Amino acid sequence: MRQLLMLQLVVALLALAGADQPALAQEPPPPGSVSPQGASADPQALLREIARLRQELEDVRKTYGDRLTALEAQLTAVVASQTAAPAVPPAPEPPAPAAPPASSKVFNPDVAVIGNVMGTAGSNPVAPSPALELHEAEVSFQAVIDPYARADFFVSFREEGASLEEGYITFPTIPGGLLLKAGQLRMPFGKTNALHPHVLPWPDRPLVMRNLVGGDDGLADASVSVARLIPNPWFFLELTGEVNRGQAGDVFSANQASDLSYLARLRAYQDITESTNLDVGTSFAMGHNSAGIVGDQDLGRFTTRLYGVDATVRYKPLRRSIYRSFVGRTELVWSRRQQFEGVQPAFGYYVSGDYQFARRWYTGLRYDRSDRADDASVLDTGMAAVLTFWPSEFSQLRGMYRRTRYAQSKTANELLFQLQFAIGAHGAHPF
Amino acid sequence: MNTRSVALFALALVTVTGPAMAADQKLNVVTTTEDLASIAREVGGDRITVESIARGYQDPHFVEAKPSFILKLQKADLLIVVGRELEVGWLPPLIQQSRNAKVQVGAEGYLDASQGVRILDIPTGQITRAMGDVHPQGNPHYWLDPENGRAIATSISDKLSQFRPGDRAYFAERLAAFGARLTEAQKRWIAQMAPYKGTKIVTYHRSFPNFADRFGLDIVGYVEPRPGIPPSPGHTLDLIQEMKRQNIKLILVEPYFDLKTPDSIARATGATVLVVPPSVGGVKEATDVFGLFDYGVTLIVNALKAATAK
Repeated sequence: MRQLLMLQLVVALLALAGADQPALAQEPPPPGSVSPQGASADPQALLREIARLRQELEDVRKTYGDRLTALEAQLTAVVASQTAAPAVPPAPEPPAPAAPPASSKVFNPDVAVIGNVMGTAGSNPVAPSPALELHEAEVSFQAVIDPYARADFFVSFREEGASLEEGYITFPTIPGGLLLKAGQLRMPFGKTNALHPHVLPWPDRPLVMRNLVGGDDGLADASVSVARLIPNPWFFLELTGEVNRGQAGDVFSANQASDLSYLARLRAYQDITESTNLDVGTSFAMGHNSAGIVGDQDLGRFTTRLYGVDATVRYKPLRRSIYRSFVGRTELVWSRRQQFEGVQPAFGYYVSGDYQFARRWYTGLRYDRSDRADDASVLDTGMAAVLTFWPSEFSQLRGMYRRTRYAQSKTANELLFQLQFAIGAHGAHPF
Repeated sequence: MNTRSVALFALALVTVTGPAMAADQKLNVVTTTEDLASIAREVGGDRITVESIARGYQDPHFVEAKPSFILKLQKADLLIVVGRELEVGWLPPLIQQSRNAKVQVGAEGYLDASQGVRILDIPTGQITRAMGDVHPQGNPHYWLDPENGRAIATSISDKLSQFRPGDRAYFAERLAAFGARLTEAQKRWIAQMAPYKGTKIVTYHRSFPNFADRFGLDIVGYVEPRPGIPPSPGHTLDLIQEMKRQNIKLILVEPYFDLKTPDSIARATGATVLVVPPSVGGVKEATDVFGLFDYGVTLIVNALKAATAK
């Protein structure tokens, strides 16, 4: 109804506009009238013609003026009737729109920065740490690439400079139930090596990881990784295989392009109850080491083999899940490093327990014991107690007392302080 | 017949029989919460199987990404999520490791139940984490409004029909039946709450804005100083003052929060602490969405009745 009126109005206005000067000027003179050229000879006829045209113009003006007034009146009436009586009940509230797109930013990756400030007090004659440092600032960029893949980049900034902690593409849904990753990856040897420092329950890594599994930064390498769930009616079972460049920490060293390293890991997980679960794994890694290098030549062509067994038991009562939890962990690592002196059969492990006793408070203990990879006769042991407070989900204060006995002779007593904080995208909670 | 042709034949057989077999089976639906599972059950009836990842008595923000959930997602045809970043801390790694193309974000088998519902507390203007763990896309506890339950059911019905066009009429019929039951029940709940319209209350977390809005309660404060931040002494004292000033007699607490602070506030103000489950399964009486609202509404009405009788 309203549209029809509008249409009529528009047509009328067009007609009016059309009836204005241009139309009058272009229309041929009415039949019977004298053409100006013809009338030019008779001034009287010309005057009569002008008078007639004036009259005609006046008629046109009056006709359209009346019609316009009528239309205006009609329109006013319609508008008045609509505002006066809302015949239709108010429309229900429109559903909330989807996440409002912020112009071009919608496709930007999720960005987050995690700061890790570390302070150390006490003495350590073997591996001293600075009194205070911004140990690491980790910047992450994460986004879906296309329907087939996603990308994750973690850039680590330290006093020594920037490095790529991880940077990889993941194909989560390729056929065969495989999960394929390619890029720079932390190797899933055991439980904690694959974890970034900020999600560890300690400010440091256990001795066995530092001695046998790649030092403070652990094992990370350029890799292609394939993981598959092994179907069985009982529990979660995942097999991971990796081919790496062969250059990882102080463990593997690729002295030729073909010196690849390999990793395999089998992980089993089972819920015991809804509150308790058990996570066990076994890992194997193999690659060339640098022990055989003399000058520029790799005379030894030596390899290192790592064998690992890990177990994690978790307890978190669901009804009290934000207040109470316990995680017990252990990792055992056997290292077989070939050297000129023969194979070094080193072994090490840690056992730890972390108990959450309030919503924001955690406490834990850890026992460390490990031989050294290049000299299995040297044994380091350690004990640590840790207390963590989370002001919010995005910041964390931690203190650790650590006593380390290096080579069964030199003792280090240290207090480690750690302050971690995260800004940006809300990441997933570690499990 | 050589090995290769046997393999090809086997592959062809799998390709041909695979979908046909799947069509006979029930649609496997996984939801993140028990509320969504309950609504899906109402709509899907015996044509689907439904399983929820989170339990109703646990805090849905802090579910653990257990590998056993990966197995559930691996076999799912349809994943229904609450959305609005409620599950941001645990669902993404589960989806990524599920090896299931159907339930990836944006795929056909991924349904965000918050599309089409009424969302409250959508932040306007600048937000920062100084405000606590705010949800930039609005309050995700939207299922506590029966009208939103209706909208969720409609989305689920549409999605199920998309998967099983042959059962479209079946789902539509069940949706209509659910809607009719909900309309009846909602009338009852609103009538029960009507005498207490405008009652001022305090809640622990911001779980109840849609509930309060629908049933005419006025939430004037929270035990948490900011969303996701545990109670602080200063805020608790302020809250006690405010509750005394406005004569507030009711504190609603979700079952997964500690009662120590709410109890001490109640002692100081003479208010009653009610443990109100925001989710199906939060208490054993709340076996489905009807039970959830029946339980909550009755609990609140009885408490208010007692408070006004005093």
